[in-house]
Amino acid sequence: MSEMNMVQAINDALRLEMRRDDRVVVLGEDVGKVGGVFRVTAGLHEEFGEDRVLDTPLSEGGIIGTAIGMALYGLVPVPEIQFADFIFPGYDQIVSELAKYRYRSGGEYSAKLVIRTPVGGGIRGGLYHSQSPEALFIHVAGLKVVCPATPYDAKGLLLASIRDPDPVLFFEPKRVYRAAKGEVPEGDYTVEIGKARIAREAQKAARMVTVIAWGAMLYEAIAAAEEVKKKGIECEIVDLRTLWPLDIDTIVASVEKTGRVVVVHEAPRTCGFGAELVSLITERAFLHLEAPPERVTGFDTPFPYTLEMEYLPLAHRIVPALEKVAGF
Amino acid sequence: MTPVSEHDPDIGLFTVLREDGSADPKTDPNVPDAVLLRGYREMRRLRMIDAKMIVLQRQGRVGFYGACTGQEATPIATGLIASEGDWVYPALREQSVMLVRGFPLDAFIAQVFGNSGDVQKGRQMPSHHSGRSVNQVSWSSCIGPQIPQAVGTAFAMKKAKSGNVAFGFMGDGATSQPDFHAAMNFAGVWKVPCILVCQNNHWSISVPTEKQTASRTIAIKARAYGLPGVRVDGNDLLALYKVLSDAKERAKNGGGATFVEALTYRIGAHSTSDDPTRYRSEAEVNAWKKKDPLDRLRKHLVLRGLVSDAGDVAMDEELSAEVAASIKRVEALPPPDRASLFDDVYATLPWHLREQRDALVRGPSPVPHG
Ligand SMILES: Cc1ncc(C[n+]2csc(CCOP(=O)(O)OP(=O)(O)O)c2C)c(N)n1
Repeated sequence: MSEMNMVQAINDALRLEMRRDDRVVVLGEDVGKVGGVFRVTAGLHEEFGEDRVLDTPLSEGGIIGTAIGMALYGLVPVPEIQFADFIFPGYDQIVSELAKYRYRSGGEYSAKLVIRTPVGGGIRGGLYHSQSPEALFIHVAGLKVVCPATPYDAKGLLLASIRDPDPVLFFEPKRVYRAAKGEVPEGDYTVEIGKARIAREAQKAARMVTVIAWGAMLYEAIAAAEEVKKKGIECEIVDLRTLWPLDIDTIVASVEKTGRVVVVHEAPRTCGFGAELVSLITERAFLHLEAPPERVTGFDTPFPYTLEMEYLPLAHRIVPALEKVAGF
Repeated sequence: MTPVSEHDPDIGLFTVLREDGSADPKTDPNVPDAVLLRGYREMRRLRMIDAKMIVLQRQGRVGFYGACTGQEATPIATGLIASEGDWVYPALREQSVMLVRGFPLDAFIAQVFGNSGDVQKGRQMPSHHSGRSVNQVSWSSCIGPQIPQAVGTAFAMKKAKSGNVAFGFMGDGATSQPDFHAAMNFAGVWKVPCILVCQNNHWSISVPTEKQTASRTIAIKARAYGLPGVRVDGNDLLALYKVLSDAKERAKNGGGATFVEALTYRIGAHSTSDDPTRYRSEAEVNAWKKKDPLDRLRKHLVLRGLVSDAGDVAMDEELSAEVAASIKRVEALPPPDRASLFDDVYATLPWHLREQRDALVRGPSPVPHG
């Protein structure tokens, strides 16, 4: 065990897996010599050379497109898209190609990639260095979508993602890249894809609320939970870790226990993943609900630069939602 | 900078077969008789398959078809020169490469029917074939994305020192897509064993090539990417054989990728959903019919005494019987199982798809269309 931040934990996972499996290649813009603009791939180029750690031309369509061709032939590419905001030039390759290869070939071909990309706001990144486009990928049949919140999960989920047979979108919450620290085991371990984590358990109380969050918003949910605890509201926090396939059982069990739910996400509200979560919860735990579910989310606007702290669903906006459902 | 000349390979037109049917001794690749005859037979069979599939579509027995009539020389030449370990990424007009490489005819036709004989399990529209057994990947219907994928496969081949090449095909319309640019650029930078082939058939549905690009030729675009570009007569099997073989040699010897523009013409409609009389003249089509790739090859083979009228009649009878028997067998196969709709989305079935599958299987059946 040693203490690592998220960047170090992801770097550790990449190095470990590249040592273990020489089919794994890393490609992207500035991932080689400089080790990525967030330094997530630091040192890999030196250790593994330039036919396994490729500084590519500046073309997300080309990065994903060529990575698919590598994967079909048997490599295991782990492309990095420098910011999730810049994934859209490669979106067609992801949606029309990557997600559908296994299906459209009747199972004869599969294009297995792990696309790593930093997401989320709160870093003064403005419209195009801040977005959280997870719902646009969850909506696409054939993709798995992962978003760790802790260094431990980041390493274990990345190792699991690289070994998973399906394509994975691996969203890294950049606001907590360095701020989130924790104990990370030295060697090999995986965190199962499709399993959520109870980040904080609700103590038995008259007023309990399940809070569902992921990525950087986990920490806001924890801060809000501390705040309302003083008022006798007990929060159970579900850190989804994998967004799709969803760990519906953990969510339903928690909502059955607490009877109330608040979903928190940075992405815009309308058709955000929160909408799907609330639908699933009402379909499956309707009779356990003591209050209408609440969503605390980004607004249905582009991501603003100066007013980003207004936009983000931070603790000060989560607290009133918790009070509202608890007091219903 | 070297000046542009009519004789440059990316501006001129590399041709072997002359008007009188003879091969130009200056360019003749001296393809062995047996290989030429095989190509001839494959071209005749392909033309017959296309014609029969269009009839099946008109009769409502299959849903759609995209023929390559007039463009057979490129896919057949590719099939003839491809080695077992080479990979093929076709666009709409190159499905047949896989037939030359030994993919069973029944399975090929089953893709058009989309039934249980189809390796793709009826998932895609007709004319989107793939087959793992012959390293052929299908295009998706989207114009362009297969091109950088071919480059990626070539990268993996180079890394594995496999000695193989990846072929990536496209139409002239596809050269306007960002994926074309990305593929050419990556292929140039990475120097991978890739052969990117544009079949310039003069039309992208109803849009003529001059509305697609202001470049003097399509092949010349290769210069900007640091790739050799070759413009070849796409209705000349011998010329294609030579150009593609040379590109393959270069790729195998570490010389990197080649971009080939095969100049040809789409004789039929874009697909069974198209009516070309709305946008092009009969005179234009007739002029190109005179340069038909199958007729031109035949003229050459007659001159060399390798084929005869009687031989062709016998061959056509044989091929027609082969294709008809295959259609008969394939058409009798049942559709894919209902529950298979959910397979292969992921490697294993997640809970939400299991629930949806179980609900479908328990629920009512659809009323058939039509
Ligand atoms: C991305 C995309 N845009 C539009 C279409 C509709 N479409 C199908 S084929 C085609 C023309 C393709 O022309 P070309 O690349 O020259 O190939 P050809 O069909 O002539 O062989 C178009 C516009 C499509 N399938 N995909």
